[in-house]
Amino acid sequence: MSIKADFQLDAKGLSCPMPIVKTKKAMAELVDGQILEVSATDKGSKADIAAWAESVGHQYIGTVEEDAVLKHYIRKCAQESANEKTFESTIELEQIVGRDGLILDVREEAEFAFGHIEGAKSIPMGELEGRLSELDKEREIYVICRTGTRSDLAAQKLVANGFTKVYNVLPGMTSWTGELIKTI
Amino acid sequence: MSVLKWSAAEVARKVIDNKELFILDVRNTDAFEDWKIDGHKFEYLNIPYFELLDGVEEILPKIPTDKDVLVVCAKEGSSMMVAEMLSDAGRTVAYLEGGMKTWSEYLEPIKVGDLTGGGELYQFVRLGKGCLSYMVISEGEAAIIDAVRFTDVFTNFAKEKNVQIKHIFDTHLHADHISGGRHIAAQTGATYYLPPKDAEEVVFDYTPLVDGNVVQIGASKIDVGALYSPGHTIGSTSFVVDNKYLLTGDILFIDSIGRPDLAGLAEDWVGDLRETLYKRYRELSDDLVVLPAHFMIIDELNEDGTVAKRLGELFAENHGLNIEDDETFRSIVTDNLPPQPNAYQEIRQVNMGKITPAIEEQTEMEIGPNRCAVR
Repeated sequence: MSIKADFQLDAKGLSCPMPIVKTKKAMAELVDGQILEVSATDKGSKADIAAWAESVGHQYIGTVEEDAVLKHYIRKCAQESANEKTFESTIELEQIVGRDGLILDVREEAEFAFGHIEGAKSIPMGELEGRLSELDKEREIYVICRTGTRSDLAAQKLVANGFTKVYNVLPGMTSWTGELIKTI
Repeated sequence: MSVLKWSAAEVARKVIDNKELFILDVRNTDAFEDWKIDGHKFEYLNIPYFELLDGVEEILPKIPTDKDVLVVCAKEGSSMMVAEMLSDAGRTVAYLEGGMKTWSEYLEPIKVGDLTGGGELYQFVRLGKGCLSYMVISEGEAAIIDAVRFTDVFTNFAKEKNVQIKHIFDTHLHADHISGGRHIAAQTGATYYLPPKDAEEVVFDYTPLVDGNVVQIGASKIDVGALYSPGHTIGSTSFVVDNKYLLTGDILFIDSIGRPDLAGLAEDWVGDLRETLYKRYRELSDDLVVLPAHFMIIDELNEDGTVAKRLGELFAENHGLNIEDDETFRSIVTDNLPPQPNAYQEIRQVNMGKITPAIEEQTEMEIGPNRCAVR
């Protein structure tokens, strides 16, 4: 399946260091939270993109290989240190396992595709407003993202729209050690 | 200032001649920690190239101005970029042509010694990978032992020496590097020998190499005699050349011994390994000079760059030859083994002729250190 990205960069045929040089330039144009897809044929680009992203604080989501082309997915992260979480109703990650409610994953589709909790429903943060009708107000909803920041905002949005049984899952997928379902 | 380009051969001379060198390795930290260019007097700084995209000012104080500086990366491109940035900042630096890929492939032929009647024995040192190949030359003929996949190096060397390659041996089915043996044989019409016990699954024709086989090189008296010495693999065979040299393959190294697990049968072969090292080799003359198929660390190189030592000295100094207790020995060679060489299972498949990957894939498979030993 194809994975949704906000921007595409074609770095096919380029050899090191050009894929990273171009990726760096392209990322500068993205808005915080957007996803870049980099197509490259240089096999070394996988390890380098992951290491570069970590060194500058962006989120390396993953890589898929199709017909000798590597597609790397990176999410732009500005300084996430200022991530105040204000939503008061929270639940710990371990407690949502086996609980009768809906796990709502508000990360981007690409992040979801590279690994999510079994049974979780994917509605990216940016699409939530328009897709509220897909959710059941009577059911408990555990909103999860990567680190608890986006899910905090999403939980607030749900409550503002009349949902009452809403919990923000902390810390988030970064701490999930259970099985990951992939749809790539 | 200017940017210089160094070949792998130039770097090899620095290693062998014990020169000082400052290496700025701009690969990923993982890659650097796994594998780098080793030299007795080399200093290192590892900063991934992607951390230098905005400039090199921050690292300038760490780069010496009073010694040679070589920038190294995986294939060349990034080291060239960083070298140019350093040059723009007023430094004179070099980059390694072809990067670690080329370094991994470079072979330095070094003469080990003279043989009876004007013959010669050469060791081909693959510094970047720790592989050692051999050529015995006598009266217009040559034999090659444990050739690596760069067949041109051997055929060109034979041409230069005006000798015809007649016999090609592999001491065992290699798991850490791709053999060039049968390809050189196909090019030159030489006979390719493999120990049959390692060759049960191979899909090409070969001549069985068994204990007691003696092949004469040239018309005079230089013998290459096979000695069955299992343990690293079940077929592992050593050679005694001119009653003077003992080619041990991956059974015995200078500072370590072979590991018995790369074909997946450590428990089965540990007894064979023990028997070879503690009985079969004990019956040989202490004055034989051991020539292994690998070295693991740069300290195993002699001053002239060769990897060679008297068997008697190894019996005295090599820890792996001095383990009294059977159980201790068993535990040392089967427990806590180092990681296996990169892609070792695929490499075995290639050496059996079962798969024939493109050259670029072969390069990928051989990336990294060889790890055939237990220390």
